Amino acid sequence: MKYLNEFRNPHYAKALAALIAKEAHADQQYLFMEFCGGHTHAIHRYGIPSLLPANVELIHGPGCPVCILPLSRIDKALALSAKPNVILCSYGDMLRVPGSHRQTLLTAKAGGADIRMVYSVQDALAIAIAMPDKNIVFFAIGFETTTPATAHAILEAKKLQLSNFSVFCNHVLTPVALECLLQSQANDPCPTLQGFIGPAHVSIIIGSKAYEAVCQKYRKPMVIAGFEPIDVLHAILLLIRQINHGVCKVEIQYCRAVTETGNGLSQQLIREVFALRDTFEWRGLGFLANSALKIKENYREFDAERRYTLNDTFSKAYPGCQCGAILRGLKKPQQCALFAKVCTPDNALGSCMVSSEGACAAVYAYSRVKC
Amino acid sequence: MSSVIEMRHGSGTLAMQQLIEQIFLPAFDNPYLNQKNDQACFAMKAGRLAMSTDAYVIAPLFFPGGDIGSLAVHGTINDLAMAGATPLYLAASFILEEGFLITDLQRIVASMARAAKKSKVVIVTGDTKVVERGKGDGVFITTTGIGIVPDGISLSSDRAKVGDKIIVSGFVGDHGIAIMSLRHNLHFHTLIQSDSVALDDLVQAMIKAVPDIHCLRDPTRGGVATTLNELAQSSKIGMVIEEAKIPIKIAVASACELLGLDALYVANEGKLIAICAQQDAAYLLTIMQAHLLGRDAQIIGTVVSDQRCLVQLKTRFGGMRIIDSLAGELLPRIC
Repeated sequence: MKYLNEFRNPHYAKALAALIAKEAHADQQYLFMEFCGGHTHAIHRYGIPSLLPANVELIHGPGCPVCILPLSRIDKALALSAKPNVILCSYGDMLRVPGSHRQTLLTAKAGGADIRMVYSVQDALAIAIAMPDKNIVFFAIGFETTTPATAHAILEAKKLQLSNFSVFCNHVLTPVALECLLQSQANDPCPTLQGFIGPAHVSIIIGSKAYEAVCQKYRKPMVIAGFEPIDVLHAILLLIRQINHGVCKVEIQYCRAVTETGNGLSQQLIREVFALRDTFEWRGLGFLANSALKIKENYREFDAERRYTLNDTFSKAYPGCQCGAILRGLKKPQQCALFAKVCTPDNALGSCMVSSEGACAAVYAYSRVKC
Repeated sequence: MSSVIEMRHGSGTLAMQQLIEQIFLPAFDNPYLNQKNDQACFAMKAGRLAMSTDAYVIAPLFFPGGDIGSLAVHGTINDLAMAGATPLYLAASFILEEGFLITDLQRIVASMARAAKKSKVVIVTGDTKVVERGKGDGVFITTTGIGIVPDGISLSSDRAKVGDKIIVSGFVGDHGIAIMSLRHNLHFHTLIQSDSVALDDLVQAMIKAVPDIHCLRDPTRGGVATTLNELAQSSKIGMVIEEAKIPIKIAVASACELLGLDALYVANEGKLIAICAQQDAAYLLTIMQAHLLGRDAQIIGTVVSDQRCLVQLKTRFGGMRIIDSLAGELLPRIC
């Protein structure tokens, strides 16, 4: 219950904002990226930019699992939902993301496909057990946060010898995306990004050490922060301190949940069931080597991509959509000509507007006009 | 009579007669209905009438704090009450699915009768149809109501004026969370009950005390946020709402956190939003708080001048943000 108020206490926020203003050198520009969509959401919901001095700026990163999924994967999910006798199970915020022809899982559902919103992969498994004459496909998305649950469900399905359950695996890896971002920043003639607010829930699973190598290689500090506004402000303060002292390390602000080594059992589940994909397409980042997971040979019968023939479609983004640049932190939502004019939550043209974690949706919802 | 609804119960046959005579007539018992005409005739006093209709579809049909029957009565009474009307008569139509349990229908009809009686409303006419199994969701109910608007009352969503105060009658989000907790794929337990209730008595007390209330609206689907936006659009004004003043139960706030929802968008079935002149606000609030259904009422904000018609929220955290109408269905977030 404390999370509902203590980590949102305006007095602590004021104190932290005062410290940030005091410690940030007036003649220096601080630019930090919040990696996670959860942080983006909190930052806008609580109006954090209005609490920061003008020389401390935040940009949004690619850490919204809904947003980074490329059109081609959504098109494949739509194709799966159209297979005879298939029930496609998906997390809620995936349902509204448009594929190539502006079709979404919700419009496919209205058109007759059996698509069900589930809260967890366990629900999909339960449907498979309850309906043995239907083929249940779970549309698995997410960073390391949701991967262990998918692994667990596949192990369960194997134990139960379920022949009507499979997973359309789209699990992606955070540290690889981080490295890709930093690489493109390094090629940039004016690299300005100085540090990261590190993922909250992902880090519970993989631990803070997972970012150590990449942060050292590119000399960018990271502070792993919780999703509450006080967490975010605290992390900003810690990042400023690292910059001011010329330090570069991975620090844990979210110490009530994150450890250096992460959750061993979850990591073991992931290792047991999944292997690295050679390459995987990310919206905005393109094809990244070793950036996603596939289901291991041992569990091939649960792999929807092996079970069903899925043709590669020619997937095409809405003309003018800037989701790619926004996901790389190169553009802000307001710099997209479609933003809040043609592209709104009611009529989302790009993925960043669909998920409430998406940068466009967060900016639209909370701060599209100055209050 | 059989134990489940069959196609013959909708076909104008003896079975349909039996259904009406054994289930609906005894429960709703009144001279208009007992005449078994295809319409009810009644005399009305001269004056302004209010009329409203609403269709009710809900899963599950029975939930903590109510069922589709009481909801169908409360909902239409509330729509009339939001015009300041005293609700008098209801018509009710039922679309029943083949195979629906007669005992469940009896429970629903009894609950409608109780709800109507409590508000002194008479269900004077009705209709039943039966659809094949798989083509309905147990039962759908449509109710239509008529009420009388007292002289001097002119409630309308376009009457909010700059400087007016915005009052909510109690805790928000209870109904939506109670319903969501029962959905088969959500495994969470809550003691939260639906707030489904008829608000006509509260409204009568309010308009008696302050006849010049400008707007009344019940924030059902889309919640408080959507209702405030609709009022702002109709009246061409803006609003500033204070988050700290909005009554939300901790259990509802917690469930919303877990599900990734915002309580301001969650449905209510027994709450109203009133907008009145600043000088009337304190008195109106006292009157509301003296009524059982308004005891947790709070002034939550002020009407401001804004050509963009934005509803802004002053957050507990000290910032300001926009609250929009609900876009699409409420969908939970992944993480």
